[in-house]
Amino acid sequence: MISQLSLENLAICRGGRTLFAGLSHTLTTGQALALTGRNGAGKTSLLRAIAGLVALETGQVGFGGLDPAEARAGGLHLIGHLEGLKPGRTAGEELTFWRRWLGGSSGAFESAVVTLELSTLLDLEVRRLSAGQRRRLALARLLAAPRPLWLLDEPLSPLDAGWRERLGQIMAGHLAGGGLIVAAVHDPLPIPAITLEIGS
Amino acid sequence: MSRAGALLAREVALAWGKGGGPLVTLGFYVGTATLLPLATGPEPARLAAIATGMAWVALALAALLSLERLFERDFEDGALDLMVLSPVPLELVCALKCLGQWIATGAPLALAAPLAAIGLGAKPELVPLILACALVGGLAFAFTGGIGAALSLGARRGGLLTAVIVLPLFVPPVIFGGAALDAFASGLPWQAGLALLGAYTAAAVALGPLAMAAACRNALS
Repeated sequence: MISQLSLENLAICRGGRTLFAGLSHTLTTGQALALTGRNGAGKTSLLRAIAGLVALETGQVGFGGLDPAEARAGGLHLIGHLEGLKPGRTAGEELTFWRRWLGGSSGAFESAVVTLELSTLLDLEVRRLSAGQRRRLALARLLAAPRPLWLLDEPLSPLDAGWRERLGQIMAGHLAGGGLIVAAVHDPLPIPAITLEIGS
Repeated sequence: MSRAGALLAREVALAWGKGGGPLVTLGFYVGTATLLPLATGPEPARLAAIATGMAWVALALAALLSLERLFERDFEDGALDLMVLSPVPLELVCALKCLGQWIATGAPLALAAPLAAIGLGAKPELVPLILACALVGGLAFAFTGGIGAALSLGARRGGLLTAVIVLPLFVPPVIFGGAALDAFASGLPWQAGLALLGAYTAAAVALGPLAMAAACRNALS
């Protein structure tokens, strides 16, 4: 169980250019961190670096004393603008596969379907879904396989006003249950969050 | 275990899904096997002498076709990111993807190989050995092919690059399988060729996933 996320003196270089350097922050259980900054500032790269997918130039990411490889393998969710959904498969097949892959229970699957109102969409091919519906399907992974740390890249962008509010409630519920959230955003998050500007 | 089963089922379903990947591959195989006698001339004696060789080479070429999508699809839509963030080692993920590839396209091709060889004029006694070579060799094609597919991730025209990387790796199984079939047809001991093919396949299955996982990590970072 991840109880703390510490970013210590992080620097990331992409394509020979330093995106940011000397970035430090500590997040504890129940807190949300909103990453802001202009396009290309390195918000997505920071999320991917926390997930271990992008190499750090300097610094390290700590998961409250847990082994980083173990924490990343079973303790975090990454929802980016690439949603990992195959257009030719049905929403139900995709969510079932990811639930099993991420190690969620079938009860959690049911509650994710109910919370994100996906039951009428499960038989549709992913290619037939709108951008907002696809995002809801991707976000359903968060609930289908509970993990403490959520890394969300622009989670609000394709959602309508009603669903932004609902996502706020889901995030608040996660924080109340002892979770941690790091989200890259342009619009303010619908929950109280610490704001960290990248590349200023 | 449930994770591995879910991934394998998904890989096979994706390969069999819309677009009929394996059927297209089979069609390509039949087409190539039909084209070759048109170029060499139709005399039965000449055809029968090279029938197994042609069927075997056509099989190697057909195995190349579906490789392009093996990692590219999951890389492009972000699914590969999520597969890395899991307790299942990436090496096992790569091995399962290749195994799925073999089940979905390698095995149907192996079943078609004896038919193609007989159609070209090979002796019917060869059928069991052709099937065995195609099944074992198909596994080597899938696992060495996966290395090429992973190495060309993110490259423009990755499919062509995959073929150029993979064809040299296909040389040993083509030689060993071809040698076994040729020896059997001439009444010579053929076991050595099949054993060498099996050894190459075992090495590909053991070492291929290490190379694929390293290439995938490199492409993702």
